[in-house]
Amino acid sequence: MAKKPHDTPNLDQLESGPWPSFVTGLKRLAKDKDYVVDLLGHLEHSYQTRKGYWKGGTVGVFGYGGGVIPRFTEIKDADEKPVFKDAAEFHTLRIMPPAGMHYNTDILRKFCDIWEKHGSGLIAFHGQSGDIMMQGCTTENVQKAFDEINELGFDLGGAGPAVRTSMACVGHARCEQSCYDEGKGLRTIVNSFLDDIHRPALPYKFKFKFSGCPNDCMNSIQRSDMAIIGTWRDNIQTDEALAKKWFAKHGMNELVNDVVGMCPTRAIQLKEIKDLRKGENISSVAVNDSQALEIDNKDCVRCMHCINVMTGALAPGNDRGATILVGGKRTLKIGDLMGTVVVPFMKLKTDEDYEKLLDLAKRTVDFFAENALEHERTGEMIERIGLVNFLEGIEVDVDPSMISAPRTNPYVRMDGWDEEVAKVNAKKAAA
Amino acid sequence: MSQPQMRKPVECGVPDHMQYLHPTLRNNYGNWKYHDRPRPGVLHHVSKSGEEVWTVRAGTQRQMDVYTIRKLCDIADKFAEGHVRFTIRSNMEFMVADEKKVAPLIAELEKNGFPVGGTGNSVSMIAHTQGWLHCDIPGTDASGVVKSLMDELHQEFTHEEMPNRVRLSTSCCEINCGGQADIAIVIQHTKPPKINHDLVANVCERPAVVARCPVAAIRPALVNGKPSLEVDEKKCICCGACFPPCPPMQINDPEHSKLAIWVGGKNSNARIKPQFMKMVAAGLPNNAPRWPEVAAVVKNILRVYKEDARPWERMADWIERIGWPRFFEKTNLPFTKYLIDDWRGARSNLNASTHIRF
Repeated sequence: MAKKPHDTPNLDQLESGPWPSFVTGLKRLAKDKDYVVDLLGHLEHSYQTRKGYWKGGTVGVFGYGGGVIPRFTEIKDADEKPVFKDAAEFHTLRIMPPAGMHYNTDILRKFCDIWEKHGSGLIAFHGQSGDIMMQGCTTENVQKAFDEINELGFDLGGAGPAVRTSMACVGHARCEQSCYDEGKGLRTIVNSFLDDIHRPALPYKFKFKFSGCPNDCMNSIQRSDMAIIGTWRDNIQTDEALAKKWFAKHGMNELVNDVVGMCPTRAIQLKEIKDLRKGENISSVAVNDSQALEIDNKDCVRCMHCINVMTGALAPGNDRGATILVGGKRTLKIGDLMGTVVVPFMKLKTDEDYEKLLDLAKRTVDFFAENALEHERTGEMIERIGLVNFLEGIEVDVDPSMISAPRTNPYVRMDGWDEEVAKVNAKKAAA
Repeated sequence: MSQPQMRKPVECGVPDHMQYLHPTLRNNYGNWKYHDRPRPGVLHHVSKSGEEVWTVRAGTQRQMDVYTIRKLCDIADKFAEGHVRFTIRSNMEFMVADEKKVAPLIAELEKNGFPVGGTGNSVSMIAHTQGWLHCDIPGTDASGVVKSLMDELHQEFTHEEMPNRVRLSTSCCEINCGGQADIAIVIQHTKPPKINHDLVANVCERPAVVARCPVAAIRPALVNGKPSLEVDEKKCICCGACFPPCPPMQINDPEHSKLAIWVGGKNSNARIKPQFMKMVAAGLPNNAPRWPEVAAVVKNILRVYKEDARPWERMADWIERIGWPRFFEKTNLPFTKYLIDDWRGARSNLNASTHIRF
């Protein structure tokens, strides 16, 4: 039995309603733990005064420089003593999840037992960078908890100016739209950067994210410095049985309005079967006895819309890999940036392909480490130095797929033009 | 003197996910053919081998106590097949290889208070940050805002009645850890930081704080004989970027830290390119514990979107079709001068055409 609970009139109001309540969960923990009794008091104080009261500090585990988020209370009495003394320290351990966030109940129960013993008993699945967040631990217990978690085969994630914990979508494990092995990509890259994860020494954070197709379920284009987004080069695949099944259920209005009409590049047309074009870039599939969809794959931008609507009837092609975009981030300091294309297509099939991806990642992080200013993200660095300087730094050639349009102003010194044209022509001739 | 022997970490990195996969997922890794959704909250995937798997998706509170996790594990062991995964929005997924297990699993989850849904064209769980529970710089709570909103949106989570999927996020400061979303709720400070000049010299690395300001409004100064920092309040955009590296520059204010609503963000490449979200409402009070004013604006936008958007139009697709004037007209949200961008690149957000809907 724990000590008497604090009055929590604000938090009590978050116990009603149909959605699962974190307050009810905290109160259950508070029955046995003075730690959580005081945590509830601390949180209620925030609700009453509408302010946060945690400050950072330095707490870690032996051998690592990051991965623990230290929190010390700032609610102090006149003698500078913590008002909620049992929750005066409330650190979080960031633990890297398996790619795709798959678990069995055995490992989840082991996490629970460890965290009940050494921590608050509160775990968040997952933080916005993807970490399992073991929330609420005293300074004294951080090492004990980590040692036991580490023995299970799990490791601390990143914090501060470091390579950060990564995420991969469900992908290959359960999705027909997956264009590469996201889990393999994640482990190949992240497990090669463990020193940069555990010992923060970069200008600022660097995040990788892995989405298996352009639906980008990991939100990688705006949430990561390097987004690896699955795509394909050849024709969309079709399945007539599934196309006819879809059409029988949904009908012509939906086919026209929801599929053909919503193609962003007008690459799909509805045609009589007898009028279908043949050609190496054409995909077509009958939807009934007389009509068919015809896709000109040279016009297709691989947006996924038609494939999302007619799953299985239409599918990504066979020549699969990823588009790699660099520089995504949120507001601070220069405003929001989406990642932009650095590699239009990288084949991802063999081990050698994944090694090439790792090589690109290493060149990118090395360039970032040497050239970014303190607290500058990769996207901001590229904004400051220009994409071309960045590409030269990581030894990647320019490509028109990297831009939405060529420059619209003449303000550039161009006396190297002839030399560049010669290089492009030489490359073309060699290809 | 002998120091206690410290355990050296095993620098193992990310564990192999294959060991945690449901057997059907492992057997058909990279070999899936198609999927459909038999009902809201259930996905049915068919492999090229002909094997099938049903996934039941349930909402959680994300910040889970060990009793809740063990309860979910009990359900997974008894009614599913002992394997689960989490979505990026903290929903828990239970996989079963036998369709007959779906209905009893759903019944058990619902009996224990876990809503089943969040698939397809529903409103899924809100991308959730830390807030007052754990963050060092929060303007508001996260778990409470999410709980309050999801109580209101429960029907939309458990049904697939929206034109397309709806993704929400909340963020407790302008850094916006919650990220881009169809509708995002983000703290917007409206007053410059209040500086405790007694503490700045000891707590803050002053050049780093000066460098952090996006509008160069901070400069070193001597205040009451002590080295400190001062803010040009005419230049200050109240972003709060100085607060994390310098806590004596308090930006959070119980009254003046407001909430803003942003719409039309999207990460997917489907149809139009990925989009940043745009601010459409602001000045909402930070009204814990239930934030009713925020819920009212969010629900109103969702109501109009649900009525007006066509099938498969995300919030951004819909607004692109109807145009911003009609968005403000239909939602009855006031369009003020503060919604006209004046940050770098702002001209690209102006209408350089005569394309106007009347």
